[in-house]
Amino acid sequence: MIRFAWLQARTQTAIAAAALAAVAVFALVTGPRLLHLYHVDVATCQGSACASATTAFLASYRWLQVLAPQLLLVLPVLFGMFWGAPLVARELETGTFRMAWTQSVTRKRWLAVKLGVGALTSMAVAGLLSLILTWWFSPIDRVQLNPLDPSMFGVRGIAPVGYAAFAFMLGVTAGILLRRTVPAMAVTLVAFTAARLAVTYYVRPYLMSSQRAIAPLIMATGNGGPTPTPGAPTVKPGDWVLSAQTINGSGQVIGQYGGVGASGNIAFSMSSGNVSLHGVGPCPNTFPAAALDGARSASGPSASFNAAAQECITRLGLRNIVTYQPLSHYWPLQAYETLIFLALAVALAAFCFWRVNRTLT
Amino acid sequence: MNAMIETSAAGKQYGRRWALRDCTLAIPAGKVVGLVGPNGAGKTTLLQLAAGLLYPTSGTVTVLGGAPGSTPAQLAKVGFVAQDTAAYGRLSVGQHLRMGEWLNPNWDSERAARRIADLGLDPRQRAGSLSGGQRAQLTLTMAVAKRPELVLLDEPVASLDPLARREFLQTLMEVVAEQGSSVVLSSHLIADIERVCDYLVVLVASRVALAGEVSDLLASHHRLSGPRRDEGSLPSGQEVIEASHTDVQSTFLIRSDGRVLDPAWTVRPVTLDDLVLAYMSRARDAVTARRPGLEVVR
Repeated sequence: MIRFAWLQARTQTAIAAAALAAVAVFALVTGPRLLHLYHVDVATCQGSACASATTAFLASYRWLQVLAPQLLLVLPVLFGMFWGAPLVARELETGTFRMAWTQSVTRKRWLAVKLGVGALTSMAVAGLLSLILTWWFSPIDRVQLNPLDPSMFGVRGIAPVGYAAFAFMLGVTAGILLRRTVPAMAVTLVAFTAARLAVTYYVRPYLMSSQRAIAPLIMATGNGGPTPTPGAPTVKPGDWVLSAQTINGSGQVIGQYGGVGASGNIAFSMSSGNVSLHGVGPCPNTFPAAALDGARSASGPSASFNAAAQECITRLGLRNIVTYQPLSHYWPLQAYETLIFLALAVALAAFCFWRVNRTLT
Repeated sequence: MNAMIETSAAGKQYGRRWALRDCTLAIPAGKVVGLVGPNGAGKTTLLQLAAGLLYPTSGTVTVLGGAPGSTPAQLAKVGFVAQDTAAYGRLSVGQHLRMGEWLNPNWDSERAARRIADLGLDPRQRAGSLSGGQRAQLTLTMAVAKRPELVLLDEPVASLDPLARREFLQTLMEVVAEQGSSVVLSSHLIADIERVCDYLVVLVASRVALAGEVSDLLASHHRLSGPRRDEGSLPSGQEVIEASHTDVQSTFLIRSDGRVLDPAWTVRPVTLDDLVLAYMSRARDAVTARRPGLEVVR
């Protein structure tokens, strides 16, 4: 049965292997150069030269940086749509299941081997592509340090292996339920996307207990006026900030995103020499006349205004509460996420066995 | 009776519709059995239950002493050719044979290859580009090369032209002669049944309306015609299957093991076609009578 399953899967496996080989060649040609650039330009840069060196480094192979993660992002759902969905549905549509199920192989074994070959191939291809990408991107990731960012998490590490297994089984299940390939492909696309988004935003943040930091609200100053800097300096680069709420002196939550109100703004209003923080109340301190004069200048608020504004915020007792997953949770989170999707795949496989063995046709 | 297919109150339900209901029958082994009946009688369902492609919703189905489709050994004993004679369009003829070799312990690869060669099929040709007749021959080859004890064929010749049909049935007869397999063949074409089958089962609305050796059935049925008379006046040994009357004349199709001695009758033999039609309409009338709610008001 394994030989027959391979015979049926050989075209698609050959296509996947060829694509994987092409990516590997690209990576092997460009990867060492990228690593070299990192060591020469970024790792050894001194002082002010670092910013421009980093920018220049991050701009190298820009198109590969954009395209390669997209490939890994869509790969699992392609397995689900083009390998999983037709696996049983095509047999039901064309009637070949009657030939398959009247050979001297039980239906259970037939399905087990077909699922095994398909799922393992999908997982292997996704895993290898992720391995190549994780290696190729390693110098870039070392600079950007954002592996927990939702846009990065799913296209590095071991999670794509879980996605591939789940997407493949989702396709098979949809095909068995709908008995037609094309609708099953559409359902697979929608259901997989929904599952990925749901896990990313509603499950992954809570897989491990998040950490919490309370820090005084510190304003960043610039041409645009005062802006909140959530959590600084407790939250380190690479930590995944889940929420940054602002609390007032008595501990009530008065804003999101490190500012005041639902959209997290910081705004001051002035009337006859009295300044108040919008949404909170009048400032306890008096602003010097010079600060008020400079508040509306074309070049942005003056330094004295910013200082007085910060004092107002500090004396009002405003603080940030930041919840975040620290960078150290990256690999445990990867493992949990992979296991969740593998468990979903196993559950779908069990359903497929039950359905094919007892109730189908 | 040594039965190869035995069902007891077997039923198969799809949603609220019963495709086969309360079907009890026994088909003897060692025969080439023709299964005929009107559309919707449950022939396809019965054959698929016997092949293990379907499971009965109620009752039991036993084939060659085992539950259909339950084990590899059971599957190896039964060959099946489906109505649509579907094959893997993207696989070649040769790959189909290799599939058979891989998936069946008793596969006769030599004979399968020889049969494909005899049919003039190129092993490298894709099954998707075969004609209907060639594809039917390929699926028949697949079904018999596993050396089954029983071959089930579900109207495999329905969509074939007369020549392809004859060639198909010829192949089937050769296999029966060579391997000694039992066969159950369902068909609407009585002429085909008559050519290849030695046992007949007429299935109407899940019930066996008639079953027996074709030669016995033909010998024990007669068509009588003569002056008009009531069917109740016939001797007790003569069972009336079909009766038709004109003002002066009566025609009966009767079953009688003895000879018809009444000199008033003109006695003629019946054809298998007559026989099947007579039993099918009688059984259908009985079904209608069982369900008065559906009776047609004349």
